[in-house]
Amino acid sequence: MTDTHDTRRKMPLGLAQRGYTGVIQHLSAGDAGSALSDIELESRLIELGFVEGARVEVLHEGLVGRDPIAVRVDNITIAVRRREAMAIIVA
Amino acid sequence: MELPLLHLALVGTPNSGKTSLFNALTGSRQKVANYPGVTVERKEGFFVTPLGRQVSIVDLPGTYSLRGRSPDEEITRDFVLGKASGEALPDLVLCVADSTNLRLTIRLLLELKRTGRPMILVLNMFDIASRRGISVDVARLAKELGVPVVTSIAVRKGGTADLLALTDEISAKLSAEPAENSWRALSVAELRATQREADRIIADCVSLPARPDTLTSRIDSVVLHPVGGLVVLALILFVMFQAVFAWAQPLMELLNSGFDALGDFVHATLPAGLLQSFLQNGVISGVGSVIVFLPQIIIIFLFILLLEDFGYMARAAFLMDRIMGGAGLHGRAFIPLLSSFACAIPGIMATRVIDNKRDRLTTILIAPLMTCSARIPVYTLIISAFIPAKDVWGFINLQGLVMFGLYAAGITSALVVSFLIKFFMLRDYAPAPFMLELPDYKVPRLKSIAIGIYTRAKMFLQRAGTTIFSMMVLIWFLASFPQPPAGATEPAIDFSLAAIIGKALEPLLAPVGFNWQIAVALIPGMAAREVAVAALGTVYAIEGGKEAAEQIGQVLATKWSLATALSMLAWYIFAPQCASTLAVIRRETGSWTWMAVTFTYMLVLAYAASLLTYNVAVGLGAG
Ligand SMILES: Nc1nc2c(ncn2[C@@H]2O[C@H](COP(=O)(O)OP(=O)(O)OP(=O)(O)O)[C@@H](O)[C@H]2O)c(=O)[nH]1
Ligand SMILES: [Mg+2]
Repeated sequence: MTDTHDTRRKMPLGLAQRGYTGVIQHLSAGDAGSALSDIELESRLIELGFVEGARVEVLHEGLVGRDPIAVRVDNITIAVRRREAMAIIVA
Repeated sequence: MELPLLHLALVGTPNSGKTSLFNALTGSRQKVANYPGVTVERKEGFFVTPLGRQVSIVDLPGTYSLRGRSPDEEITRDFVLGKASGEALPDLVLCVADSTNLRLTIRLLLELKRTGRPMILVLNMFDIASRRGISVDVARLAKELGVPVVTSIAVRKGGTADLLALTDEISAKLSAEPAENSWRALSVAELRATQREADRIIADCVSLPARPDTLTSRIDSVVLHPVGGLVVLALILFVMFQAVFAWAQPLMELLNSGFDALGDFVHATLPAGLLQSFLQNGVISGVGSVIVFLPQIIIIFLFILLLEDFGYMARAAFLMDRIMGGAGLHGRAFIPLLSSFACAIPGIMATRVIDNKRDRLTTILIAPLMTCSARIPVYTLIISAFIPAKDVWGFINLQGLVMFGLYAAGITSALVVSFLIKFFMLRDYAPAPFMLELPDYKVPRLKSIAIGIYTRAKMFLQRAGTTIFSMMVLIWFLASFPQPPAGATEPAIDFSLAAIIGKALEPLLAPVGFNWQIAVALIPGMAAREVAVAALGTVYAIEGGKEAAEQIGQVLATKWSLATALSMLAWYIFAPQCASTLAVIRRETGSWTWMAVTFTYMLVLAYAASLLTYNVAVGLGAG
């Protein structure tokens, strides 16, 4: 973690472009508008390794609406839709 | 004194190699593939440890936690917590981890520890981890976690020796006292805490090199490119269907002439009569006409197995997610649907990984519309009889193109039906999330591909020998009896039961251009689609009389109009002609209603599609 991360603006991962790298600051399931309940969404994200401090990088995007995105979380790659990724606040 | 059977259970995150370990230990051949969610059932196997302990081991679906979000994860949870009815708790849980990716498994392990079951952490795929320069301080990891840790390479001979030795060592000192189970569903805070703890332990015990898997990222930059990726996917499917035609042809001709020769031999050696007719027309023309499709079926399975082992399936799901989303499905559903190209039954089983009930139901309902390998004989027979084998634009085989068109029609109608289901029946519907691990690519393993193909080919031949054979006996009987009265001038078959039944049904099917021979073939064809081909083979062979050595394709070309042929193709895109699929739908949905719904909607679609095709074709002069 470099200190540029402390000064970067926080944003939801759901808005990140391809090539974006950052560190997860916190999860905010209420903002995602997912079909899942907040608790369920947050649990699933944690189970896939999206926890505070994890490094993320947006590797690929789909064609339609640039959705879904393939995210590198530490050393695994997870595909998620942008809607759910809105719950992951990064900087 | 004989020690009691030792019960082991394989638990771990998806795609960590549990089934590979299961196969290595027990010598079984359960399905292994490189994407999460391959195993959706519990499977028990047996082996004996080096010290002679009898062991029962259970392979379970992969899971990230014990919450049980989807039917497959519930199986694992219930087994581990001893909720499964009539099941003993495992004496020892083998928690299987992909060594290149420990975070999620170690979190799961911390959760599993609360169940109080004795446990071993198995660091599987240690070969890949070593190759990448990942080093694990095994002793320290064991100390931090408080469970024994062992490395393994499930796919290499002797790669489980350490695991076996450790199992012997531990099982000798397992206490009979029941440990306390303090597991309850973890709160979000607890989940987070366990993941933090896992990350801390990994930071202490594992050193990761700075170089990630560059091969995977290079391949992905092409395969997951927003536009290029879809082109690659279309290309893969296209090559697959071209190959089904182009590569299989020589072998099929060989088989064909083999069966012809056999038929001639029977014809020449046996005296004319019922036995000769039964063997030549019933067995050889009937069953033989299905067996000649073995090469094509092997090719389609070869493609699917290669894609699965390579790690492409999860990518296909990623690419298709939004497109499927437009039809109200999510990308995850693409994997069961793609497996349904082989056979709808494993495809329907694979929907267990879909957590949303409605998504799962919709996927089950449309899976039979995907063109399964049992349709190949029907399609190929008609295509080779009616579509000229010329090249278009110089390199594309027209027959392959039509085949591709039929597959495309299957996929498109599946998407449309799913859209309609969502629109009319499940209105208040919010899109379920799509979250899927994209595993690193792996070189497909020759042995597992060979085993996969061998099992499928064996299944196909077994079916030819049982279902198809018995249906053929029935059809031959119906087409041969009663025998014509002496002095009759019409063909003998006109007096048979088959003709009576067929002609009774003919008015119903005449609007779609089917003659009575097709009507008869469709009835046993309810058991399995290929049977229709065999039944046509038998009926036409008997009708043709003694010189019936002609191949069924040539017979059709002279007996059917092009419009009838096209109508038959349209029928088979939709028709619910498979008893086993319907049975699996009943089992997986737990309801007769959904089975009846599937049957009815497919039958209606089939009739409508044939009606349309036939009339358009006749209108265009193909009648
Ligand atoms: N190189 C290597 N590959 C392995 C090893 N173990 C498993 N694999 C491969 O990893 C992939 C996944 O293996 P499976 O045994 O299907 O994994 P699973 O844990 O049963 O997966 P699910 O049933 O989906 O939970 C397959 O492609 C295997 O060939 C190993 O020790 N070394
Ligand atoms: Mg498995």
